[in-house]
Amino acid sequence: MPAPNAAEHPVLETHGLTISFGGHVAVDGVSCAFHSGTLTAIVGPNGAGKTTYFNLISGQLRPTAGRVSLFGEDITMLPAPQRTRRGMGRAFQLTNLFPQLTVLENVRLAVQSHARMGLNLFSVWSGHVELIERAGHYLERTALADRRDMLASALPHGDQRKLEVAILLALEPDIFMFDEPTAGMSVDEVPVILELIHGIKQQQDKTVLLVEHKMDVVRSLADRIIVLHQGELVADGNPAEVIASPIVQQAYLGVAVEAA
Amino acid sequence: MSLVQRALSGDYPRSRVLAVALLLILVGLALAPFVFPGTRSLNVAAKVCVFILLVASYDLLLGYTGIVSFAHTMFFGIGAYGIAIAATKLGPTWGSLALGCVAALLCSVVLSLVIGLLSLRVKTIFFAMITLAVASFFSILASQLSDFTGGEDGLTFKLPVSLAPGTKLLETAVFGVEINGKVLSYYIVFFGALFLFLALLRIVNSPFGRVLQAIRENDFRAEAIGYRGVVYRSVANCLSALAATAAGILYAIWLRYAGPDTTLSLDIMIDILLMVVIGGMGTMYGAAIGATLFIIAQNYLQDLMKLGTDAAAGIPLLPNLIHPDRWLLWLGILFILSVYYFPTGIVGRLRGVK
Ligand SMILES: Nc1ncnc2c1ncn2[C@@H]1O[C@H](COP(=O)(O)OP(=O)(O)O)[C@@H](O)[C@H]1O
Ligand SMILES: [Mg+2]
Repeated sequence: MPAPNAAEHPVLETHGLTISFGGHVAVDGVSCAFHSGTLTAIVGPNGAGKTTYFNLISGQLRPTAGRVSLFGEDITMLPAPQRTRRGMGRAFQLTNLFPQLTVLENVRLAVQSHARMGLNLFSVWSGHVELIERAGHYLERTALADRRDMLASALPHGDQRKLEVAILLALEPDIFMFDEPTAGMSVDEVPVILELIHGIKQQQDKTVLLVEHKMDVVRSLADRIIVLHQGELVADGNPAEVIASPIVQQAYLGVAVEAA
Repeated sequence: MSLVQRALSGDYPRSRVLAVALLLILVGLALAPFVFPGTRSLNVAAKVCVFILLVASYDLLLGYTGIVSFAHTMFFGIGAYGIAIAATKLGPTWGSLALGCVAALLCSVVLSLVIGLLSLRVKTIFFAMITLAVASFFSILASQLSDFTGGEDGLTFKLPVSLAPGTKLLETAVFGVEINGKVLSYYIVFFGALFLFLALLRIVNSPFGRVLQAIRENDFRAEAIGYRGVVYRSVANCLSALAATAAGILYAIWLRYAGPDTTLSLDIMIDILLMVVIGGMGTMYGAAIGATLFIIAQNYLQDLMKLGTDAAAGIPLLPNLIHPDRWLLWLGILFILSVYYFPTGIVGRLRGVK
């Protein structure tokens, strides 16, 4: 048998993924495969099920039906922490930090998780200088280095969004999931994040999933766009095609472009 | 790293007053047999040692991990009864003491893991209820199995001869104090508690300890970055139970007695809660401050009030209010005031945390 070509095998795949909340079907039979070296933008109006789709992929929710597979292995029932350990990383839409810990500590915890040092009981954490340095590195990349000793809860909103991204980077995942990473950021903060995402996309072994409303951002970054509407996948293809398709034009993008 | 830095795991008191208070407690306890040689005061000193460890181990759960457990006195009791049963059934030898220790620690590991795995997956309130149920069941069991446990009377037992009060260990007295088995027992308690307190301080300052704080802060996010909450909570619960068991072992060695009133009772559980809150949760040093103040108050407040009652004789109402029987009332008032004015405990207050 010939060795399977890695490039042809999807890194991540969902098969008929469905979840209903008491009769309301939030994600409805979504089948989709994601390949490495590709940035897929996921668009759709508010309430379309984009965040819920992410929650099903990264393990915060269990599907009512369907499957998720990662590197060809079924992970549908695998809890979130184990998915993270297998290379999935997620930045949340609603900022979700350790509010009473410092900015540095928020990131250092992610570095420590990636280094598999959580169950190290008898060494002093501050003695692991390499973890602290790595955390500092990610703070520099997200332009947060001068805020490292502030409590996360004391950061302005835009910086909290950046900290979300710094934590994601610190996990060094194979799959990056961004859920509206620039929402609520001021105009001058956005480019830092977009450059970071662009940099990740350049690495051929990384897979990026990006939920984003701003059409100019999607156009400049995406290799592929999928459209969710009322939980269903209604369009999938290269950006030019999808944006031009009549269903997208009239149903959402018209609205989204105006709103942006 | 300096020795002090290593012993304290880099976690300094961060307040001059706190550092002085801790040093006073340490020196006072280290020299207790010479400075406070009376039977009663040495009993208080030994109890302070044991409770500093017991409260610190509870702080690992409540303060650092955010878990409310009512089973802490059960593990304390397992330690005390382990030693007591081994010494009564197998005789007062070092071998039977060692066997009692190992059996008690094993029993606590198994029990804490079972309770943890059954209930730490879900809401903390459920865990609190489970621990209350298991602990109540356990104290009923201890009073029912009187052949083994001595029932309500508990077990009075003998220790190996070198720990007996009548055994002279040195020919000459040191600073006018005879070095006997009682003094040796005290130092076993003192050094055992000190070593285990420093071990707990190390654990909360380890990479593992940082994860516990992350889970307490935001367990959803801790899971999302790869930490399995149930694993960390279970390990913390197990370590805390082991330390409480060790405290029970030390207490029984000191008292040469194990009974429901000294270890298993719900009153002690409430005392532990008070000590950890008064001292300051999630600080470890709060356990030392809280336990010391509380136990001294518990033992000497009544004396103080008796003095007051005598002095106030003839004045209407006042002698009644400060009658020794009202000591619990005053302790309660002290507690409410301290929680009201120092919500972060004494240590939090001294460190300037608002
Ligand atoms: N935990 C939940 N319980 C009930 N309904 C939910 C839950 N999570 C999401 N929903 C519903 O699912 C739908 C999709 O939500 P969401 O995935 O957040 O949309 P999007 O991210 O595309 O804006 C919404 O109608 C929302 O109210
Ligand atoms: Mg959303």
